[in-house]
Amino acid sequence: MHELSIANAIVEGVAEKAARCGITRVAAVHLSLGPLSGVVRDALLFAWPLAAEGTVAEGAPLVVADAPVTIFCSHCQAVTSPRSWRELVCSACGSAAGRVASGTELEVTAFEVDDDEPATVG
Amino acid sequence: MSQPRLVEVRQRVLKQNDLLARELRECFHRAGVAVISFVSSPGAGKTALLETVLTRLQPEYRVAALVGDLATENDAVRLARSGAPVRQIVTGTVCHLDAQMVQRALDGGAGFSLESLDFLFIENVGNLVCPSSYDLGENLRFVLMSVTEGEDKPLKYPTIFYTADVAIIAKMDLAAATEFDLEAARRNIQSVRPGMPVICVSAKQGAGLEDLLGAITAVRKVSEAARA
Repeated sequence: MHELSIANAIVEGVAEKAARCGITRVAAVHLSLGPLSGVVRDALLFAWPLAAEGTVAEGAPLVVADAPVTIFCSHCQAVTSPRSWRELVCSACGSAAGRVASGTELEVTAFEVDDDEPATVG
Repeated sequence: MSQPRLVEVRQRVLKQNDLLARELRECFHRAGVAVISFVSSPGAGKTALLETVLTRLQPEYRVAALVGDLATENDAVRLARSGAPVRQIVTGTVCHLDAQMVQRALDGGAGFSLESLDFLFIENVGNLVCPSSYDLGENLRFVLMSVTEGEDKPLKYPTIFYTADVAIIAKMDLAAATEFDLEAARRNIQSVRPGMPVICVSAKQGAGLEDLLGAITAVRKVSEAARA
């Protein structure tokens, strides 16, 4: 259960960017989350309000977009989605020579602010 | 009613940890020390194996260890029996080590200087989930699974296998008693991490230790070549 640490890190990143832009209130935070990030979505959503409390993101929902797992096959050079992320087999040629190309994302992609907040430059 | 506006961020959540881990990696490289970490579930045998490794490497190499533990200092006491300098990182309620904890332990007078070492070992908190998110700046990460845990650990915790470099199957002396299916375990490891090297060991009886020590000393040869 390290999702509270992760939620705190998300808040810190958002607060830093918001402060640079002179933004005082964030309306929503968007996160890209891959299944290979090691972070459990539900546990993160549970921890989120606690982490956001008393910060610029208090009350803002955390909107999680699931990033797909794709693998690059060193055998046939194709980038494919494996049938399961527990079985990293190339969907094009069937060989088990896959290197993960995506699916480890744990990234704040954007946040929303109300229109009356200052224009962003930072 | 004001309209919401989108502010692009595009920032990795663990950017601070990753930056710090990169600094640590550079610092280890400059000091000429190879850093190797062990992760596993609680009770898989990290401490017993590391105690053996520290003992076996010492005639030839200068070694030390950092050990993460939630509360007790039992593991540090066990590792210290090897005669190697050991520093405990008590994490309290935190279920993993991060780069900052490693840096603090090294800055806070760990009882050894990095320059005086050939190998620094880091034993993570027993946990197959959380440590996978945190780069510690190590050169090599071993993930252990023991035969008493069954063959399907890789399928249940693929992320930790994905972030580790080499898998160790520990407590092989108990394989027959637990009816451990080694081939199934190997298949499961290859399924979540194609091409991952696997080393089977028994810290108690010594089987496979030469292979493990070979994998460890190979890291040093690689980092020496990189510096040359």
